[in-house]
Amino acid sequence: MSVALAPAERLLPTGPGNIAPRDLHAHIATHGVLNVPADDGAWSSRIFRAVAESGLLGRGGAGFPAAAKWDAIRRASQRPLVVVNAMEGEPASDKDHVLLSFAPHLVLDGAEVAAAVMGAAEIVVCVADDRSPAAASIEVAIAERAQIGGGVRRISVQRLPGRYVTGEESALVGWLNDGPARPRHRLDKSIPLRVGRRPALVHNAETLSQLGLIARHGPEWFRQVGSAEAPGTALVTVTGAVRSPGVIEVELGTPVAEILDRAGVLADLSAVLVGGYGGAWLDASQFGTGFAPGPLAEAGATYGVGVVVALPSTSCGIAETARLARFMAGESAGQCGPCVFGLPAIAGDLEQLAAGRGGDEVLDRIQSRATIVEGRGGCRHPDGAVRMIRSALTVFATDVGSHLRGHPCPGHVRPTVFTFPDAAPTKRGVA
Amino acid sequence: MTRQASRVRLRVDPVACDAYGYCAELLPERISLDEWGYPVVDGTPVDGDLVALATRAAAECPRRAVLLETVITPHRR
Repeated sequence: MSVALAPAERLLPTGPGNIAPRDLHAHIATHGVLNVPADDGAWSSRIFRAVAESGLLGRGGAGFPAAAKWDAIRRASQRPLVVVNAMEGEPASDKDHVLLSFAPHLVLDGAEVAAAVMGAAEIVVCVADDRSPAAASIEVAIAERAQIGGGVRRISVQRLPGRYVTGEESALVGWLNDGPARPRHRLDKSIPLRVGRRPALVHNAETLSQLGLIARHGPEWFRQVGSAEAPGTALVTVTGAVRSPGVIEVELGTPVAEILDRAGVLADLSAVLVGGYGGAWLDASQFGTGFAPGPLAEAGATYGVGVVVALPSTSCGIAETARLARFMAGESAGQCGPCVFGLPAIAGDLEQLAAGRGGDEVLDRIQSRATIVEGRGGCRHPDGAVRMIRSALTVFATDVGSHLRGHPCPGHVRPTVFTFPDAAPTKRGVA
Repeated sequence: MTRQASRVRLRVDPVACDAYGYCAELLPERISLDEWGYPVVDGTPVDGDLVALATRAAAECPRRAVLLETVITPHRR
């Protein structure tokens, strides 16, 4: 009789079986009605405080406190625009796609709450053009809500080029301003980006889903799970050598090993990639690390967008890193010299190392080029690539030694656990 | 209260930069070039005579990519 003890559902169903997409009726049956009053100052103040007290951290990659974004928008003192960032340019992540496909109303709840509190008259949902099912699902959900009526805000869906950096906040806003979806150089990130004259409140889709729940149940409820610094649950995409690859909901701070167990490890693992392709490798001795921004940063890694890729020990970590580096080089927006020239150069060095060609000078070159590239892009794309590459040299240090002596790992020839979206010319909408 | 001497810090807008390299010629004290010709800036604040040279280096950039930030140092008691 474990039913009574089952934890209340948060983002995803806790029960067994496949999750079915939730229409508005099913959504309300699960989570209850959410009243979003118009022009209710007391309600707005309460939600504003609730978000601050919840300690909700953004789930789009930077882990920035949601309340800090709200503060910045308030200081801008102009009517803002709410932007739902569901771009999910990270190939190893599927969480926003899952949310939009299965619980679109939870995302829209959060967006409406944010819009009501901040006084926004419009919400724009940004989805990558290679994520048609997610875009279609959110459009159906928007139509369902329109039928019921009562919504005073304009909600639309924008399809942007699906590339690694097009979901970066300033790239997204650049696109909404009818420009290219390329990151901008920002001297002061505490100054909100603007779409036309309106300050843009950009939140990741998962962040907004959490907000939809906080508005219903309050900050104390939210903080019942997770850690003090990183409260609540989070969606984690687990892939690689696991039995059930996909998206699971975990309490923040859950050890990496436990996340792997839940997905069912299929093989002896040499390492996991966490955060994303621009994340970092952890070796088996680090699997006890709590999956939350703080502990992962302490381990030299990053939470990123909640990605865990399990690498079997039969794979060559160096060759996989070289492939990731080549992909990241190709996903540069092509604006900044250190990224445009530095990342391909490092990828070339890694390819030499992976093939067992080149000696210590290749390793030295990777290290010095990593140092020279880091921090010199307009956005953090090259920094993510460099972090991932540096972590590989540490985590796969023994293999690096063998490769340098001309003995590459037997598994270096074939790619194993990573997928690389094809960069077909039709998708090259960045330029 | 004594007036603080004007100090500036150099930054490069990497999006705007097109590797002309003039800045490194004009202010080698703070700017070198990487192997691809892009400026690597020493962020140590510039003061004294270097301020005028830094201002000149910023003004000469064809891409207006060299930025000068005024460094506000808290008044020391």
